[in-house]
This record gives sequence, structure tokens and C-alpha cells, in this order.
Amino acid sequence: MLAFILRRLFQSLLVMLAVALIAFTMFRFVGDPVNQLVSLDTPAAQVAEIRRSLGLDDPVVVQFLRYIYNAARLEFGVSYQFRLPVISLLGERAPATLELAFMSALFSLAVGIPMGVYTALRRDSWLAKIFQAVSLVGISLPTFLIGILLIYLFSVTLGWLPSFGRGDVVKIGSWWTTGLLTGSGWKALILPSITLGLFQMTLIMRLVRAEMLEVLRTDYIKFARARGLKTRAVHFGHALKNTLVPVITIAGLQLGSIIAFAIITETVFQWPGMGLLFLKAVQQIDIPIMAAYLMLISFLFVSINLIVDLLYAAVDPRLRATIGAH
Amino acid sequence: MKPRFLALAAALIGVSALALGVAEARPLKWAAAGDALTIDPHGQNEGPTTSLNQHMYESLTERDHAGKLGPLLATSWRVLPDDPTTWEFKLQDGVKFHDGAPFTADDVVFSYERAMQPTSDFKGYLTSIEKVSKVDDLTVRIKTKGPNPLLVNNTSSIRIMSKAWAEKNNAVKAQDFKNKEENFAVRNANGTGPFVLVSREADVKTVMKRNDAYWNKAKVPLEITELTLVPIKQDATRIAALLSGEVDFVQDVPVQDIARLKNQPKVRVTSGPENRTIFFGMDVASADLKGDDVQGKNPFADKRVRQALNMAINRPAIQRVVMRGESVPTGIIMPPFVNGWTKELDAAPATDVAKAKSLLAEAGYPNGFSTTLHCSNDRYVNDEGICQAAVGMFGQIGVKVNLVSQSKSIHFNLIQKNPAETEFYLVGWGVPTYDSDYIFSYMYHTRTGSQGSWNATGYSDKDVDGMIQSLSREVDLTKRNATIASLWTKLKDETIYLPIHHQSLSYGMNSTLDIPVDVANNPKLKMVSFKGS
Repeated sequence: MLAFILRRLFQSLLVMLAVALIAFTMFRFVGDPVNQLVSLDTPAAQVAEIRRSLGLDDPVVVQFLRYIYNAARLEFGVSYQFRLPVISLLGERAPATLELAFMSALFSLAVGIPMGVYTALRRDSWLAKIFQAVSLVGISLPTFLIGILLIYLFSVTLGWLPSFGRGDVVKIGSWWTTGLLTGSGWKALILPSITLGLFQMTLIMRLVRAEMLEVLRTDYIKFARARGLKTRAVHFGHALKNTLVPVITIAGLQLGSIIAFAIITETVFQWPGMGLLFLKAVQQIDIPIMAAYLMLISFLFVSINLIVDLLYAAVDPRLRATIGAH
Repeated sequence: MKPRFLALAAALIGVSALALGVAEARPLKWAAAGDALTIDPHGQNEGPTTSLNQHMYESLTERDHAGKLGPLLATSWRVLPDDPTTWEFKLQDGVKFHDGAPFTADDVVFSYERAMQPTSDFKGYLTSIEKVSKVDDLTVRIKTKGPNPLLVNNTSSIRIMSKAWAEKNNAVKAQDFKNKEENFAVRNANGTGPFVLVSREADVKTVMKRNDAYWNKAKVPLEITELTLVPIKQDATRIAALLSGEVDFVQDVPVQDIARLKNQPKVRVTSGPENRTIFFGMDVASADLKGDDVQGKNPFADKRVRQALNMAINRPAIQRVVMRGESVPTGIIMPPFVNGWTKELDAAPATDVAKAKSLLAEAGYPNGFSTTLHCSNDRYVNDEGICQAAVGMFGQIGVKVNLVSQSKSIHFNLIQKNPAETEFYLVGWGVPTYDSDYIFSYMYHTRTGSQGSWNATGYSDKDVDGMIQSLSREVDLTKRNATIASLWTKLKDETIYLPIHHQSLSYGMNSTLDIPVDVANNPKLKMVSFKGS
């Protein structure tokens, strides 16, 4: 078991290094950061001096190794555009992104599961058909468009909800901020959470529906019915419980992508999270922020996958046996 | 009876006080596409940064929304009659910084020295200065290396901070990206301006409150009690926020939304020309071009070819279709507020495909030629659209243009490289000094270490260079203006650049407001007064 964990850890580390290397190579092509730093009339000699002092003249390998060395110590440098440490910039934005990701995951589960159950049980009802149609919209419409449509309906036309920002936030501890403790914070969360979570919601709804239909056909459900259990108990006590195992796996894995792909939703709603910071960094060629963000996201994915792998090993005795044999 | 009456009176007074209080509170929420990069007054010489900082920090002089220079912290200025290399500024009396400290000549000397440091982004404005010195508490002298008749034009960009405050908080250096330490002035502000910083969260919001002790209260309305800047990057969201009333004033209105906004009863749109001209440049010097199909020759080196291209551009069509009317077609690469601009120079040649074709044939290209045009797609208003339209127009005279449109970060790099890595390109140019010299020395002077840094055309003319250099020495303004006029006549005829238009700006706002477009796109919100109050 220990060997398995160590092996997985080593593989994760390799993935991280590969991501760092790809990201680093990519940055060579996004443009010259020095041009963003100096004014138009800076003499050429001074531009060269700045480039040298930032280490941009060194060979890529040297730059890369230096970056890895610093990243290992959580030292991501100073943002070119804000002139503030990248780690504190990301730290400031992380609560916004995490809160949004958490709320949209919650929304997709809380709405997706009941909708899936309903469409599985009442397959022919008109409501089920509407749900199916809505899920098609959620799967096919781009996030960007959904966000804009929601803004025009609920902010501009009805005037119920804010179109941008986080509302009033409350500071907890030294760096965490939350919008969950104020009315305007809750109001501001609604539209972005729906926008970000709509795709996951339809995914979960379709998954639950398919699994549920599958489970309802199995022998133990027939047996449960034969035992004379109430329909309610059969559906929710037996069928749903067994449906949820794959749903939880998927939802867990999707949490990573919700955080990583919040970029578009954050841009549409001017949500002050890490995605918005990243997008601006790309436009301003702020390499320290871009690099740190990519490292952070790859770390997130790698760790989620690692945890899932380990959980599988813990849960599934068959897998454990093969690991032992190695 | 009596106590009851008193209670009533007290209640009435309370209510009216409350009503007054409500009427007094005039918050204004201001949305722009980008946020300031820093609030250090000498950190970044960049549009959105200046827009924000000018509300907290002030300069010796100020340009109004039409670009006219006027006094601010300095009441008057002159070149010393016996010494053409020394400027003297008399300072406003009774000015206080936000922390209560009085404003004196020491602060001016300190701020100019701070702005002249290598880490400052404003040092370019001050290269001619040798020394700034204090005469008395309200008089400052600036000694220049040679006579500089236009120094005062640059003073509107140099904001003044408190010497004592900067020293106390270890912020005597303008922020420095090489330095790993965070500078105190990046997050804190202490100027003499009409608004006082309350809180700032970069890219989220910056809140300022009215400076009730503002020294210039008598001259400006200063009706806004609380000013909040929120950057909203996405065009659609920014406009939605204005329509839903969440923000009162939107600085960057996309041209495609102007017509729709104008039909909204609760929204007002103001438009006006910006201090920026859009044009094409081309390599007129190389012996052979890499991106064309002509062997051993450079078609752009022939003036007739350049004139043909200039004639092929249908400027009114670009204005109508690409810019939806929000631009002013032009024949010169100089915005109308700049010293040296005349109506004659501004006139663009009429579109004449037949004549352009015959000029091309005369130059030896009866069947045209092909070439590559580089264009930015995220810097100017509809920049990519302008290029696409122009490509079609060049096609009409037989010049087949291959369009490469890229992000500004890559595009400007091509132009700035020496030698340039583009032979035909789009660029826009604003003139912060409001004088032709700025255009000449960046765009027409031979590329040397310090001058012609944006002249990627390779154009180089000894006489022109000599005349450009004489501009920075000439103290006699009449003579100087004559040199400017003759330079423009010559350069316009040479057709080194193909001017397209002066870019226009539009602001969207709540209909209780009427904020005129600022030519430098730095709206001055101390001038805002609310209607119907």
C-alpha cells in the first residue's frame, strides 16, 4: 500500500513538472513582458537593463529551474502589473472563487438530483419533458451566453439581482472574505452560481436519471417491491442510495473543473476571483500570475485525482488485492 | 400641551434634517473596462491609472476636458526673463494634503525628484530638467539643460505627493518592479485632490469620499459625496450595470451599444473626439520587402505607391460601417487639439480608385502586388474591423493584402523591435504634450537610441531630423510654429503614414448627469453636478 501511495505521489509530481514546463514554454510566445512595464519613451539601454534584471535574458532552462526552485518555496514572485506579491494576490482572490465553486456545486447537486429522480420515476409527465428540454439547453448553451441572458432577465429587465461583483463581503480571520453573511452577498451569488453550475446540474440530472432507470430494473428492487415495501421506500431507500455512488464520484471530480473553468463566469459577472485575475494577467502578459495560477490549478487537479485513486483503493477490495500483488 | 408641541417640533426638525442629509448624500458609481494598475502617483503612466489617481493627487497645472491647460496647484508660471533655461512656478497658498499637512515648495521639489527617478514611469516627461529647487515656501524654480519653451505642458502629468508622508512611510521611491518589497504608496494615498481614498481592492473597487477641506471648493462643484470606481471588463455586463442602475457612469461604451443606449430614456450618452489618431505605417526604406511578391524592389519606397494606397482608402465608409459614425476621418496623423493642427492638413484625399490604379501603373505595378498587413485586435476601437475594411479597399486597386491580426502584446512588439519586424502595420497615437514635436520625434525622426522609437517605417531625412531637433531648442514660439508648419507640409506630401481617423469616445451615464468626454479619456468627476437638484 505504501509503495502504491509513493508511486502515485511520484507520478503526480511528474505531472506538475510537465505542466510547469508546458506553461513556461507557452509564455515565450505571448509577447514581451518588458514592453508592458516600461513607458513608450524608455531608452533601449534601460529596457535591456530591466530585461536582464528580471532574468529574461537567461536560457529558458535556467529560467525554468529558477522558477521551480522558487515555486517549491511558495515564492511566486511579484506581479508585473500590480507590483504586489503573486501569492497574496491569489490569496485575496481565492475565497471568491472557492465560494462560487462551492455554491454552484451545491446548486447542481440540490437541483440536479431531484430533477433526475423525478424524470426517471415520471418519465412521461409533462414536467419531466420540460426538465429534459432545460437540461438540453444547459448542456448545449455556452456559459457566456447563459450569463448574459440571466443578467438581462434578472438585472436589467426585472431589476431583482445585481449584474456584477460580490456585493458586501465580511472579513473572517486575516485573509478569508465571505459574501455568505450579507444579504447583498447572497444576492450577488445567485446568478453566477446558476451560470457556473448549470452544466454540472444537467450532467448530474442526466446521470441520476440513467442510473435510476438502470437500478429500477434490477432484481433487488423487484424483490423489495415483492416484499410489499412502500413505493417511497423502494425509490428513495433502495434505488436512490445505489444511484448516488457514481454521482458522488463525478461530482467530486467536477469540483476541480468548476474551480478551474470559473474563468468565463467570473469574467461575465466581474466576479473578483482567481479566474478574472488570470484572464487579465494573460492580456497584460503578467507571467508571474499566469504561471502561479496554472501551477495552482494543476495542483488542484492532481490532488483531487490522487485522493480519488486512494479512495478507490480503500473502497474496492479487488483493487487492493492487485496492489498487494505488485 | 407644551411638551407635546416640543416633541412635534423636534420630530419635524429631525425629519427635515434627515431629508437634508439624504439630499446631501450623492454617491456616484463609476465603471470602466480596466482598473488602475496602482495608486502610486509616479508608478504607471497609463490611462486608467491616471483617471483614478487625478482624483486624489493633483499637479501644478491641469488640462480641462477639452485639453486646455490651466492652473491648479501652481497659480502662475513664467520663464525667467534673464535666463531662458529657468522656469518659475508660483504655488497656491492654503492647500492642505488629506492628512492635514500644508502643501509647500518642498513637496513639489520632492515629487519632481521622485518622478525623475529611474523607477518612475514619468521620467520621460522630465528628461530636459537639470534641477528643481525651492525659492521660498510658495515658489519653485525648474532649471532645464537647455531652453525648453514647452516644459509647462508636461507639468500637468506630474502629480504632487507629500514629502513628509512619503518619508514617514518609506515610500520615497516610485514603485519598482525589480524590488520585491511592496511600496506603501501602492495601496495608500495622500494627495491634495478633491477625493480622499477610503478603501481600495485592486480590480474589485476603489472607494473615495469627498475631501470636505478641498482648497479649490469655490471653483468646482464637487457635489459627489462618495465616488466608487468599479472595473467591469466585459462590455455586455458593463452596459447591463448601467441599464439596471447599479452604476451611474460608464467610461468605455462599445460603439455597437451607443445607438441602443441613446434610445433609453434614463440614460444619456456623450461623445467626442479622443486625443488619438489611427493610421497605417509602412517600411519605406528597406531595399526589398520580405512579405511581398515583388522581387528585388520595395514598392512602398515609391511615393506614388504610397499615394495610391492613401487614395484607395474610403475613409467615410470606414467611419460609417466600421465605426458606426463614431470617428472623424482625417488626412494627418495628428489629433485636432495639438499645436500645429490646421484644417488644411486634416483634409484627407478623396477616394479615387481610377487615379490610384494609374499611379500604381506609373510606378511600375500595373497589376498591383501582394503584401502583409499587421494589425492589433484588442487595442483600439474596432481595430481589426478597420484593417479588414482596408484590405478590401486595397484589393480594389490590385494590392492583395494578407491580414495578420494579433493581440496588442505581440503586435506592438513587432513595431518596437529594431529593425522592425513588420513592413505594413496599424498603429494609433495620442499626444499627451499637445504639441507636434511629440509626433515628429517619435514617428518621423530617424531611429536612434533616444528618438524615433516608434518610427518603424525606416524613414530618415537629415533635414527633417535637424528641424525636429531645433524645435526643442527654439524659444521664439512664432519661429517654432513656422518650423512645425513647414515640417507638416513636407511630411504630409511624403505620405509616410496613411491616416485613417481620429478615434471618438463615448461615455454612458444616468440621465441626471452630463459628463463631457475628456479628450485624454481621464474624466474629471470633481466637475460633476447633478441636474434637477
